[in-house]
Amino acid sequence: MIRQVARQRYLIDFTLASMMRRKVKNVVLFGVYFLIVFVLASVMLFGSAIRREAALLLANAPEVTVQKLVMGRHDMISGEHLEALSAIRGVRRAEGRLWGYLFDRGNGANYTMMVPPASDTTHAVGPGEAIVGSGIDRVKTIGRNEYLFLIAPSGRFFKFTVKERLPEGSGLVAADLVLISEADYRALFDLPDGVYTDLALSIRNEKEVATILGKAAKAVPNSRFVTRSSIARTYESIFTWREGVLLALLGAAILSFAILAFDKASGLSAEERREIGILKAVGWETSDVLTSKFWEGALISLGAFLIGLIAAYAHVFFFQAGLLEPVLKGWAVLYPDFRLTPHIDPLQVTTLAFFTIVPYTAATIIPIWRAAITDPDTVMR
Amino acid sequence: MIELQDVTKVYNEGRQNAFAAIRGVGITVGNDLTAVFKGPSGSGKTTLLTLIGCLARPTSGRVTLNGETISGLPEKFLTEIRRKTFGFVFQRFNLIRGLSARENVMLPAYPLGLDHAALTRRADELLDHLGLGSKGGLSVEHLSGGEAQRVAIARALVNDPEYVIADEPTANLDTKLTAQFLDIVRTLRAEGKTVIMTSHDPRIWQADIVDRVITLEDGLLTADERGAHAA
Ligand SMILES: Nc1ncnc2c1ncn2[C@@H]1O[C@H](COP(=O)(O)OP(=O)(O)OP(=O)(O)O)[C@@H](O)[C@H]1O
Ligand SMILES: [Mg+2]
Repeated sequence: MIRQVARQRYLIDFTLASMMRRKVKNVVLFGVYFLIVFVLASVMLFGSAIRREAALLLANAPEVTVQKLVMGRHDMISGEHLEALSAIRGVRRAEGRLWGYLFDRGNGANYTMMVPPASDTTHAVGPGEAIVGSGIDRVKTIGRNEYLFLIAPSGRFFKFTVKERLPEGSGLVAADLVLISEADYRALFDLPDGVYTDLALSIRNEKEVATILGKAAKAVPNSRFVTRSSIARTYESIFTWREGVLLALLGAAILSFAILAFDKASGLSAEERREIGILKAVGWETSDVLTSKFWEGALISLGAFLIGLIAAYAHVFFFQAGLLEPVLKGWAVLYPDFRLTPHIDPLQVTTLAFFTIVPYTAATIIPIWRAAITDPDTVMR
Repeated sequence: MIELQDVTKVYNEGRQNAFAAIRGVGITVGNDLTAVFKGPSGSGKTTLLTLIGCLARPTSGRVTLNGETISGLPEKFLTEIRRKTFGFVFQRFNLIRGLSARENVMLPAYPLGLDHAALTRRADELLDHLGLGSKGGLSVEHLSGGEAQRVAIARALVNDPEYVIADEPTANLDTKLTAQFLDIVRTLRAEGKTVIMTSHDPRIWQADIVDRVITLEDGLLTADERGAHAA
């Protein structure tokens, strides 16, 4: 047992020494490897984090949203339709929603302003109170209380007592969320009573959506109905399309890398071949040679993989995927400012590891194995 | 004791460029003596050494070591036999560049997983013994030809083999270094090791420590004479 450990130590020492001898080649290889893992992992982490956010978001979204259209554009909708809508068979509840964005000139941030629905009793807010997301850094502590000061579009100042802060990690929309009472909302945006941003229907049975939409269209003319499943589809298609473009580009990059690796590996240099012959001739077993080369491959591929993954994690979750922005930005129109919640999908990481480490290791090991099982007499020449 | 029975070696067997380098050789190399193979270039000396040292398998015939047939054994056993029984000094020394002299000497012992300090000590002793005590830490590409050869000899001895096999050991050496090499062989011989060499060099086959001189021509043994020592 101790011998086996000592033997591995010798083999690793030898491996490190022989990697040092081919420093430039190994550094280049490591760099290329790192870059590929970094970009791939960035796209993957970003994609899965966004999907997760979208799923969280959709879980809380109403089955059907009714929007008023005026000249083809979304406008405030009157609450007078609520009665007719809730009378439709299969509709459990119809509620008016108030939400919108407030641009904070002070620090250039965009807040999502919202009135919690009457059905949400855990987030009830009274007049002059606010519940804020973890990303709101405008909050000032004065005395024992925390206050949030906002400037309305009209230029008026508003002061809210912060009743509660939403916990970190509750999703990207929650980060910049400000919940206030209906009266405050109407005052802030100068809204008359009885109008809403949109109307939300909650439905007893998802299968009845089509029938209900038909009846609702008669009850509320000049309106648009957005279903939860259509939002989900839109999200999906945006992310998948963009990811697809990126992954196709990366596929090409990976392929060239694989070719490079294979070329390097199958064409063992005369020097490497001679070295294997020497090791065999002085009494190394085929397995010793392979183990040493395995350590070499593992150090490069595993090292580059781990560092690439960590760098990608930092890139996506601490630096908002800045380098991917030009390609993946489109979706940000949906939510102006965001901070992704750190999250890792073990299955994806395993897949990535499999597709980067295994081909490389195989590509290096196989030719070495072929060289190592042949008789070592060539070193005599 | 190594015995070759009617051994042949055909390179590229079954192909257009097949070449029979050894064409039926029977020979016994006993323990405790120094033997030299001579013969013209291309006569098969190196090939024969690879067969004796288990670096290659014969195409036909049989190789036995102390009465046991080893020519048909799987690679794993051959490796073990090579490691325990033979030490090789190659014509071009075949040291591994980038490693120090000491590390090159230690290399054959790595698979044994010996204690690091003990192995280092053993390597240093061997180097010291061969007059390279101060060069252990030096990378081998900075060594002179004679120094490199002595590192190669130290490497051949690190696992304390019964047989030392040397192919053209003095091909690159001047008269002084050749004499020095013969001194080393004398010491090995005195320690009871069998030294088997090939050489073009009359200074080797005429040396006073050589027990036996075997001539090879065209893959066949043509003469087997007693050396100066035996005479
Ligand atoms: N791998 C090989 N493939 C084909 N032919 C080979 C191979 N190795 C050696 N030979 C041939 O076998 C013959 C014997 O070669 P070997 O190296 O044993 O000769 P040698 O007596 O050691 O010669 P030298 O004195 O020049 O070292 C030569 O004609 C050589 O060309
Ligand atoms: Mg030769």
